Amino acid sequence: MGEFLLVTIQIDMHDQMALKLQDDLSNAIIKNATRGVLIDISTLEMVDSFIGRMVADISSIGKILGAETILVGMQPAVAITLVELGLSLPGVATALNVERGMVLLRRKIDADGTDVSER
Amino acid sequence: MSANVRGEAPLRSEHDIVLARQQVRRLTQELKFSLVDQTKMVTAASELARNALIYGGGGKMEWEILAVEGRNGLKLRFADEGPGIPNLDLAMTDGWTSGNGLGMGLTGSKRLVNEFDIETKVGAGTRVTIARWK
Repeated sequence: MGEFLLVTIQIDMHDQMALKLQDDLSNAIIKNATRGVLIDISTLEMVDSFIGRMVADISSIGKILGAETILVGMQPAVAITLVELGLSLPGVATALNVERGMVLLRRKIDADGTDVSER
Repeated sequence: MSANVRGEAPLRSEHDIVLARQQVRRLTQELKFSLVDQTKMVTAASELARNALIYGGGGKMEWEILAVEGRNGLKLRFADEGPGIPNLDLAMTDGWTSGNGLGMGLTGSKRLVNEFDIETKVGAGTRVTIARWK
């Protein structure tokens, strides 16, 4: 994956595990100088407010640490439920699947790089 | 269909929240809820189970399969013996939280179900009952 990190959440996490993931991921971004993070939740059958907040926080933390985060693969039933619950995940970039997420990440990072060199 | 029409599960740890979610998923699958309706009920259960644990100091989830006039449904009751909710109107406001949550648990889960009832008494605990029909 080069400068990207791919995180696949495959189990029904309890809350402490979600927080640990947030912590581990933040450390991994710094350790590897990661520019982009993909979080694949295609096998998650439920996202409640806690997991939703964890994802939004990872996105914010990543941004501060210089990495773009994209959430990929959310199941339609999960998306419908999240919106009804009242969580629209503002500020979290999403893509349909890992492939499209990679394209989006590449585009975001390339655009960012151009800005820097032009300054 | 499961032989049991009612049961209960403890809510004493974060792992119990996961088990409660899985129990509700199984029950809604047995009732042949649509995937979206399964997900809504499981998500509401997750929010309310967490509330019972975090704010109520733990408690239990009781479940009951409903069958009324040919319609099936699932009723869940989340009971704790915690401090209760002093101002219920405030607690039922989107975005309000007494802890470090998002304040979406109560109001959000209410939107995900067909029936929602909350009884709370300061010093005695809180009971939230929800139901969703197939």
